[in-house]
Amino acid sequence: MRLLSPEDWRDFPGKFIALWTDAHYAYALYQPAQLVATPLVDGAYPALSHRGAAWFQRLAHDSNGHKAIGAADTRPAIEHFRSPDGTAAWPEFSSPGGEGIHQVAVGPIHAAIIEPGHFRFSLRGEEVLKLEARLGYSHKGTLGLIRGKSPRLAARFAARVSGDATVAHGIAFAHAAEAALGVTPPERAVYLRAVMAEIERLANHGGDIGAIAGDVGFAFLDARFAWHREALCEAARAAFGHRLMMDMVIPGGAAGDILPGGMAAILAAVLALENELPSLTRVFEDYASLQDRLVGTGIVSPQLAQAYAAGGFTGRASGQDHDARVSPGYAPYEHFGLEIPVEQDGDVAARIRIRLAEIIESIRFIRDMLKNLPDGALAVAMPAESGSGLGVAESFRGPVWYWLSIDSGVITDVFIADASTLQWPLLEIAATTAILADFPLINKSINASYSGVDL
Amino acid sequence: MVWKTIARHFIAQPAAPRKANSAAVAALRQRLTAAGHEKLGRSLAIRHVAAGSCNGCELELRATQNLIYDLTQYGLSFTPSPRHADILLITGVAGGNMLTAVREAREAMPDPVLVIAVGDCAVDGGVFKGSPAIAGGADAMLQVDLVVAGCPPAPAQIIEGLLALLEANDTAPRPVRVPR
Repeated sequence: MRLLSPEDWRDFPGKFIALWTDAHYAYALYQPAQLVATPLVDGAYPALSHRGAAWFQRLAHDSNGHKAIGAADTRPAIEHFRSPDGTAAWPEFSSPGGEGIHQVAVGPIHAAIIEPGHFRFSLRGEEVLKLEARLGYSHKGTLGLIRGKSPRLAARFAARVSGDATVAHGIAFAHAAEAALGVTPPERAVYLRAVMAEIERLANHGGDIGAIAGDVGFAFLDARFAWHREALCEAARAAFGHRLMMDMVIPGGAAGDILPGGMAAILAAVLALENELPSLTRVFEDYASLQDRLVGTGIVSPQLAQAYAAGGFTGRASGQDHDARVSPGYAPYEHFGLEIPVEQDGDVAARIRIRLAEIIESIRFIRDMLKNLPDGALAVAMPAESGSGLGVAESFRGPVWYWLSIDSGVITDVFIADASTLQWPLLEIAATTAILADFPLINKSINASYSGVDL
Repeated sequence: MVWKTIARHFIAQPAAPRKANSAAVAALRQRLTAAGHEKLGRSLAIRHVAAGSCNGCELELRATQNLIYDLTQYGLSFTPSPRHADILLITGVAGGNMLTAVREAREAMPDPVLVIAVGDCAVDGGVFKGSPAIAGGADAMLQVDLVVAGCPPAPAQIIEGLLALLEANDTAPRPVRVPR
């Protein structure tokens, strides 16, 4: 960590990832893994001008009461209901000026089976002029619950920050705890974690591609990808005892070995997906009614993705070649070589193409890793020592960062930056490149996590 | 290729029908009778509300609709509108920021309403129990008729819970209609 003066802090160049505060400092994280800090003065610090910093500054204000001096955006992040009876008035949502502009309010309860959040659209006819996402509805106080616990106990919360990326969150949390306490997990556990992470990626990529097709009324792809997702979840249950592989990653290793028959189950599910993927890809590419809805919809320009340093398939569909498995990189991926697919179009179709390409890579990883699975122990004990550490893992939607401060084996402070934090603002902008009816499609194609940012 | 698929369908044995746990049905029946719950129709519509989940339960809830679990074969379906719903299905903790929304969703539903809490968080707060940001599980907001535990419960478990509700509902007294 580098300690900076307020001026250097404000002007620090680099691709911004995350910002948070503890009792004494404000921290900022830049790519690939550069941590800088500046001391808090009267509970305040200079605001950063990076476009992605706004949500983090709002969150630091709501959760720790620390002010970002000079911040343009001071809307509440999670504290929407400050009055004790929980009946705070709705804020005013501003619309761009002009004739015939009206607002449409959606949520916090949505039509589909998804998490809660409020969207306020400003429309002229069907054209979306502005979208404001009001999040914080699934705030559960996760950061507060992690403080005061040992890394092993706290892993249960990391696994439930965003259930669809439970393995990736578990790995990032474990990386942070292991870095803080100087622990190296056994090789077998590292491989098993990576296998689980890739299964998770496959299940989510497949499920989401199908769901997007389903959203435009193309039931065939939805049905087939849902079938594969189900096969992968059942394989995960056969191999690791849980369909989402929750609580399998622990700081210091893995909670259990791969079960007998599990390897065969995973390989069978992966083979079935690999066999059908070319024909599903062809269907995706060939059907004009499908492509018509997806091409040119919800565009995130490369400049925009660059300004937000967007990670994951959202960034890679918009010209960013960043993948946390390569940079900063972590074990065991250095042994397997990763092709990072990159596209420039930045629309819904490009994001799907990236995910289709990633499915092929993940299948290869799973096979290679299972073939080379090292023997040995599954976990080592976490010492009751002190230190602080950063950890990262590439979830299916992008990099997940954890920062932990541990004192005598007890976590004293924590911050979690899900990839979604930098993707929500992109969704707000991408929505304005299309009509209102396309919004569910765009939202699903980026699939930012609500719970992952509400913390 | 097609012929192979067709042949496989002829040879394949149908999966055993899913059944509700009879103990759960009996207990539920007793509870519904005691509460004077009136019988709903046989095809029930579900309004799902995530009141503070990690989105794990939503994944499994969505999976109940896929071609393997096929929830609609039991006459159950999800509806976007609370006005059309018979069942209010809650996932996640009773998040402080969602209390108003859940109350309004319940008020928008026509009585009688069956309330199900799906997942450990909705049962009692799960791992988040005791957090100052939450009020507890679904029973902190509503009277819950049935809980489906699990973190998250598998789609088969969710369906079995819903089937128990269907069976218990079948023996509830029919609503008394007052002639106009």
